[in-house]
Amino acid sequence: MITLTHYLVLSAILFSIGLAGVIRRKNLLLLFFSTEIMLNAANIGFAAIGKFYGDLTGQMVAFFIIAVAASEVAVGLGLLVLWYKRTGTIDLESMQEMKG
Amino acid sequence: MEAIAFYLFSVITIGMFAIVVFSKNALYAMSALAGGMIAISGFFFMLDADFLGAVQIIVYTGAVMALYAFGMMFFDTTKDVKENIKEDKIVNALWISAVVILIVIVSVPFVSDHIMLDASTSDYKVIGANNPQAVGIFLFTKYLVQFELAAVMLLVAMIAGIILVSKKMDISLTTTVEEKIEKEEFDIKDAK
Repeated sequence: MITLTHYLVLSAILFSIGLAGVIRRKNLLLLFFSTEIMLNAANIGFAAIGKFYGDLTGQMVAFFIIAVAASEVAVGLGLLVLWYKRTGTIDLESMQEMKG
Repeated sequence: MEAIAFYLFSVITIGMFAIVVFSKNALYAMSALAGGMIAISGFFFMLDADFLGAVQIIVYTGAVMALYAFGMMFFDTTKDVKENIKEDKIVNALWISAVVILIVIVSVPFVSDHIMLDASTSDYKVIGANNPQAVGIFLFTKYLVQFELAAVMLLVAMIAGIILVSKKMDISLTTTVEEKIEKEEFDIKDAK
């Protein structure tokens, strides 16, 4: 029998993978991928809670998260392409302008 | 049956996302991410969120991953990603402990069964109508304002994406430096 806790633990594991990626990686494109993983983990949690409460609000929040993720990709990828055209690299350390 | 599906999809998703986070090649990472997204939609179908599962496949694997694939045309993806990952002990300790704490926080209800679900307080139950119909009813009544705001946000994001990427597409910005671009802009203005 799969309970709510199973889904929440899965959601936490996926979120942790995304968090590890955000902390560890230095490539901006892979940072975006890690962010997507974290958003998806949150979606699973919302959908699971919504089901076990018998409430649709969880699914609604998940829909709006998907909308936010889509906008984030559009704007973020635009900025990334622009940055790559300017500097020829998408490494996070190329953005360190301040020395210290 | 549900348990088999749950564990199968869990293994697929966690494996795929681990590839995304630890892969050296950006192309492999993107493909693995797309596969993981499909597997996640399996969870939504298991959770009786049929419409959400369909949206997950269409929006994530259809639109978002296609956008990433399109964006990766600009980057050199065949080469391995060279990253200056410093194996800093403090950073490693921090992220591992963050992961452990997060999992412990969520899995504590396993041990102490104190979180009781009280479905009787919920006002928005799925009564009768099947999932896509119920979603439509709630989306266009209770969540209408948020829906419209999301629509405006997507429009703004679309315009921002178009402006950011397509600006100065006739000039190759990869080979020219910034001052030269500005100079060329002056030349164009002078020519006019």
